Amino acid sequence: MPSNPTPLAESEPVVEPVETREHVHAALTRTSTGNEDLRELESGLDSLQSDAERKHRIDWSRILLPVAALVVLVLIWQFYVSLGVKRRDLVPGPLDVMGQMGLLWNEGKLQEAMWTSLQRGVVGFIISVAIATPVGLLLAQVAPLRRAFGPLISGLQVLPSVAWVPAAIIWFGLTDATVYFVVFMGAIPSIINGLISGVDQIPPQYRRVGTVLGASRLQMALQVILPAALPGYLGGLKQGWAFSWRSLMAAEIIAVGGTIGFGLGSLLDQGRVLSDMSVVMSAILLILGVGILIELLVFAPIEKRLLRSRGLLAGSTR
Amino acid sequence: MPVVLEHLGKRFGDGAPVLDDVNANIEKGEFVALLGASGCGKSTLLNIIAGLEAPSSGALEVPSDGAAFMFQDAALFPWLTARENIELALKLRGVGKAERRAKAQELLELVHLGAAGDKRPHELSGGMRQRVSLARSLAQDRQLLLMDEPFAALDAITRDLLHDELERIWKETGRTIVFVTHNVREAVRLGQRVLLLSSRPGRVVQEWAVTEEHRTDAGLAGQLTGVITARLREEIRRHAK
Repeated sequence: MPSNPTPLAESEPVVEPVETREHVHAALTRTSTGNEDLRELESGLDSLQSDAERKHRIDWSRILLPVAALVVLVLIWQFYVSLGVKRRDLVPGPLDVMGQMGLLWNEGKLQEAMWTSLQRGVVGFIISVAIATPVGLLLAQVAPLRRAFGPLISGLQVLPSVAWVPAAIIWFGLTDATVYFVVFMGAIPSIINGLISGVDQIPPQYRRVGTVLGASRLQMALQVILPAALPGYLGGLKQGWAFSWRSLMAAEIIAVGGTIGFGLGSLLDQGRVLSDMSVVMSAILLILGVGILIELLVFAPIEKRLLRSRGLLAGSTR
Repeated sequence: MPVVLEHLGKRFGDGAPVLDDVNANIEKGEFVALLGASGCGKSTLLNIIAGLEAPSSGALEVPSDGAAFMFQDAALFPWLTARENIELALKLRGVGKAERRAKAQELLELVHLGAAGDKRPHELSGGMRQRVSLARSLAQDRQLLLMDEPFAALDAITRDLLHDELERIWKETGRTIVFVTHNVREAVRLGQRVLLLSSRPGRVVQEWAVTEEHRTDAGLAGQLTGVITARLREEIRRHAK
């Protein structure tokens, strides 16, 4: 560390007092000799204390391990079927189900069911987000509202949304409105809850900074609270999507006919009515597959980016 | 005179008063170090000056446009880059978009971080974060800058450097600074005046002037540090049972 040696230090033969003097000097008076010196020292410290840029490479284990797990499960399934414990029409093998999916594809049924369900799920989810976000922010920010409606919202999240299907059928008949109603009742409370818990976990310091910087109430909500709560909010959105997808399937399985289109749930119900186990299995796998795809292609990348940009990813097993 | 405190008192609920009869005048452009042991109400006093809390009694005069504030932890928003953090302060102050960018860069240069503007807070070291935080509080463009132990969590070398840095910026910008610390050396190193606050209740019990000679003569500075430390210890000892 460059510090100005006092002329005294050179002329004095005794070392000890000089040392103490130097020591005191470093902490109590200016440590750098000018603006240039200060800038150099600082940039030295900065480069010492910041991490070097790390390159991100494609991690093949991320792709190979899940694929391997899938292969193992299919092999176990095939092995079990080939043991012949149950009748083939009750427990179809992977190849039978694949064949059935091919048939459904050729008939155009698979595409139709998938498209109808996905479209409904996505539209229902987006509307749920649009309703739940302002409501959630309002509940999280206004204490009396939160106290009044908080328990109800938590309760709604516990109530299985299938329970709304009979009511919806009576109110709206066999129409798309029934399906959407059930989706909303499933997704909205869970998104609201996610947002509220995200807001609850914001360090109080952020609000104080917002206040000190002169943020108005609306600015505080949009510029500080919402971005700060984003990780929790995203968790709520993920759960909200899961709830919409589940509710949608429940509605489609129970409410069949009328002007309700043909979705994956309807396909599943059709398989049940026809006692065709390979159709049932196909439908189940497709419903599962859509869920996994949405998670992998939509939520996982967003979540990863969000966490990485905030430095929250280090040391996790993701 | 930007800050006048008269018979200021503060108590929370029915508890013992945290501050009692605090009197102080702080001149425009002055650098005042507010020194006290932990738990003496320094931060409370700072919050009152900043308008974050209201005093229970007494009167205070502060600049009408309020004060800029710098916290002990940098308190940068992790979802924004260093530059965006500064730009947010400008935005909340009502600065136009085009001007924000230029002004933020200027402030980053001022704290010698011109090249680190696009980094996120977690990619910066503690000292760098604290400098961004300083730039952000300067972005508020208030004459009065309140600092609540901003360097307490830094290592010694970084802290020494930031002392030099803060002194330079204070001279360049002509701000009035109230700097809260429990570190006597830091108070002597930075302040033109050191105010000692007693503990429970907090009250200004003594003050010392720090001259330019103290900045260059380590012996003189060491002497003053010794005197203030002795007085501070005496104040703490008073609470022994």
